Amino acid sequence: MSQTQIELNRGLAQMLKGGVIMDVTTPEQAKIAEEAGACAVMALERIPADIRAAGGVSRMSDPKMIKGIQEAVSIPVMAKCRIGHFAEAQILQAIEIDYIDESEVLSPADDVYHINKNDFKVPFVCGARDLGEALRRINEGATMIRTKGEPGTGDIVQAVRHMRKMNSEIRKIVSMREDELFEAAKQLQVPYDLVLYVHENGKLPVVNFAAGGVATPADAALMMQLGAEGVFVGSGIFKSGDPAKRAAAIVKAVTNYTDAKLIAELSEDLGEAMVGINENEIKIIMEERGQ
Amino acid sequence: MKIGILAVQGAFIEHKMMLEKLGCECIELRKKSDICHIDGLVLPGGESTVQGKLLKELDMLTPLKDMINNGLPTLATCAGLILLAEQISNDENVYFGTLPVTVERNAYGRQLGSFQKKASFKDIGDFDMTFIRAPYIKDAKNTTVLATIDGRTVAVQYKNQIGLAFHPELGNDTRIHEKFLQLIQN
Repeated sequence: MSQTQIELNRGLAQMLKGGVIMDVTTPEQAKIAEEAGACAVMALERIPADIRAAGGVSRMSDPKMIKGIQEAVSIPVMAKCRIGHFAEAQILQAIEIDYIDESEVLSPADDVYHINKNDFKVPFVCGARDLGEALRRINEGATMIRTKGEPGTGDIVQAVRHMRKMNSEIRKIVSMREDELFEAAKQLQVPYDLVLYVHENGKLPVVNFAAGGVATPADAALMMQLGAEGVFVGSGIFKSGDPAKRAAAIVKAVTNYTDAKLIAELSEDLGEAMVGINENEIKIIMEERGQ
Repeated sequence: MKIGILAVQGAFIEHKMMLEKLGCECIELRKKSDICHIDGLVLPGGESTVQGKLLKELDMLTPLKDMINNGLPTLATCAGLILLAEQISNDENVYFGTLPVTVERNAYGRQLGSFQKKASFKDIGDFDMTFIRAPYIKDAKNTTVLATIDGRTVAVQYKNQIGLAFHPELGNDTRIHEKFLQLIQN
């Protein structure tokens, strides 16, 4: 990826800030999401909660289904490929997807290597639980980061843990003496120049969204107040009682994330939230995939 | 100088940082009660569908539209240009509709069509322009054209409004923002 392309791809993520990216499985859902105010949609055959329920190997979606969603909406369309599956990523690039999510939600195709995202022109977003994972993905060419959370659970605890950990590690790097950064790079298992960037700027060099377990406007506001620059909502919308209303409420909660009075109004009569499951009730821990 | 930056969604921090570097005081406009006396308005990049919907539902569209019509200097980039345009060729929505141009959304296609190019900007000279899933101005009508690329209009001015299809807030070059501040001073 050329330096210009990196800037363009980081730039698209910057344009998505303050917005909500929603998982959709059909063109109809994509239209509902767009009308509700999604800043982008993630096209996939099954949302994480159903992937979890179905079990088995979960792969990139049918390109025809993704194209149907691309035709249905005017906002950016993202799609997931398996961790390390660069051939799936090549296919997604060939159908001109706007962003690829190299995602732990799908079954990993490689248990050692991630995709060399620098080989691609199309941008990638990757999940991270801490600063080390985030900077390793950025070094591989990711131009956007999101927390992993624990997808398909409706349980926000892991996303909170990951966002807090990432930001506390960033604050630690900022407070270090410059001669301590070399050791920090060694400990984090990341290149020195990325640690130096974090030290000087107090943030990742790319946009950082929250993902995994967001189910309510309050969840979205919580993640924004913890420092997320935007929010992915996976199963939380189309697994709930009134998807259009819930989606619109989450969009407004992300814009005015400190206005508790407004969020109180937005949280009224949303119907049933997705049925959540706790991390000790699930067999597959997706966040541990791809470190 | 006090600049209001529409902050319902998108890349508003980038404008804020650039304007603060130039000595402005900036306030983020996230809801109706944030709208107060300002000397200038910035409509940032982002998703125009999201920004337009939130402007309407948060009751911000009419008060801001009145302020623009009453001469408030306004700088609009990318999605902001779409919000200002009186017509969108491939979308039936109209938001502020105060800038007499027709724009085409996503005119360069998807993200793989995004690009950077150096081009001449009126009274400024060569400027590195970043286009991200950008629109362009299909019909500039009676506005003053400020920049073109490959025969397509990408920047116009009409009275108090400057509309750009690209993102001057993403680089380090502050000249367009300085031009906007001059517009406020005059």
